[in-house]
Amino acid sequence: MTTTANHAYGYTDLPELMGLMTGDEKHSPAATSTLDALWVLHDRVLRVSPETADDPGRDRFLLSKGHGPMAYYAVLTAKGFVEREWLTGFGSYDSPLGHHPDRTLVPGVEIASGSLGHGLPLAVGTALGLRAQRLSDPAVWVLVGDAELDEGSNHEAIAYAGPAGLERLHTLVIDNASATWARPGGIAARFEAAGWSAVTVDGRDHEALYAAFTAPHPGRPHAVIARVEPKTS
Amino acid sequence: MDSMRDRFAATTTRLLDEDPSLAVVLAEISADRFEQAGRDHPDRVINVGIREQLLVGVGAGLALAGLRPVVHTFASFLIERPFEQVKLDFGHQDVGGVLVSAAASYDWPAGGFTHMAPGDVALLDTLDGWTVHVPGHPDEAETLLRHAVAAGDDRVYVRLSEQANTSPVKVDGEHFRTVKEGRSGVVVAVGPMLDNVLRATEGLDVTVLYATTVRPFDAEALRAAVGPGPAEVVIVEPYLAGTSTGEADTALLDVPHRVLGLGVGRAELRRYGQIEEHLAAHGLDAVSLRGRISGFLSLPEGGA
Repeated sequence: MTTTANHAYGYTDLPELMGLMTGDEKHSPAATSTLDALWVLHDRVLRVSPETADDPGRDRFLLSKGHGPMAYYAVLTAKGFVEREWLTGFGSYDSPLGHHPDRTLVPGVEIASGSLGHGLPLAVGTALGLRAQRLSDPAVWVLVGDAELDEGSNHEAIAYAGPAGLERLHTLVIDNASATWARPGGIAARFEAAGWSAVTVDGRDHEALYAAFTAPHPGRPHAVIARVEPKTS
Repeated sequence: MDSMRDRFAATTTRLLDEDPSLAVVLAEISADRFEQAGRDHPDRVINVGIREQLLVGVGAGLALAGLRPVVHTFASFLIERPFEQVKLDFGHQDVGGVLVSAAASYDWPAGGFTHMAPGDVALLDTLDGWTVHVPGHPDEAETLLRHAVAAGDDRVYVRLSEQANTSPVKVDGEHFRTVKEGRSGVVVAVGPMLDNVLRATEGLDVTVLYATTVRPFDAEALRAAVGPGPAEVVIVEPYLAGTSTGEADTALLDVPHRVLGLGVGRAELRRYGQIEEHLAAHGLDAVSLRGRISGFLSLPEGGA
């Protein structure tokens, strides 16, 4: 739980916060595919708060899959980065909250995203930049979609980060089986073949997500594949 | 004489020693020139392999982490192949960096069109906020590179070429320089085009401005050179013909003017050979330039 000016928000408040953006408290599974993983990550794993949002030593979370960011904005609101009042203006001309997030407009947002395949390469660069400054503590997390992994830029990043031993780099793949051509052998196998640590979990199971997020992975980057309901269900 | 690319490696190697916030990102090209720097600064000389989208994304990620990235490969693979990364990972993220290219428009003609990028500056013109340096000599390349690295969080493109003028000009990373004065027109020579432009305008009564920083375009220098007008301006660029005519038009909005943009033709020239042969094919050798400039300005080709 995080205390903001007027309210203490928890996981159970997230549907209501999302409803402020959409006018609907009942979301399809696809719209909330990221919700549980985002919540567990921000609530229990990431070491960053509105007070430390500019601290060089903070953990970084990069939302690469910028489409459908309602769950992201709801979690950022719950954690005090975004004001609740902003949510009702979602997507309007005067709102800082677009249908794709912009890092220059929203506190706590590390990258502006929307176009797929940019977050993981940016995360690789960020991890390299922190390492070059001897900032070995901060973790870098990037969230991608399973279909987003089709982008060649992600293949470049995965293939490089494993052999480069980027231990502080973490990729969270939300797998709602939306790729038109599924990856033979599964998503985890793709990361493992490139020298990553990888674990696949139920993307709705908070304890399983937490265990996967915090699993040790010495000398290697780490991928968590969070399986949720198929997009078409 | 060393090449601009040699000077880039030597200068950047020294800058890495001096500035702990500087990092170099490579995609194999020129990696051999950074071997010692890589041994001295293993965390700040990063070779991502033959991965150009990653190359640019990593550069921007380094900037997000607070470093000043220098990102380098051939222009085709730095600007054209990962263009969306250049647009979004630097521009839309609102972070800065220094992109340094080699191979230019046809530095390796025998290699063919895959390694030619005459459209790079025009492509960057579709984006906001990029400074573009086009040095004409290794000494200028060093000066402009140092400006680029020191330019805070600006986005800067440094376009290196194997084509070079015989002598360096003192450049400041900002202004055009007047290298010759006359009354019958103004010729703007960009970077490596200066020697040929000076030969082409020998005995002609024209002003020659030398431009090595083309974006932002030094509108003030051009306005000063043309006076009250009407103005006749020729721009000779080592990349796509007409790339800067819009900039000249804007600079001369209040002056009646005509602008001729000379540079590399748009049609793909399916020829190998030497740089000089490509210069001639595009009408950028001294003899061709003399005819084209004289014709546009209605001057006798033999001079006054």
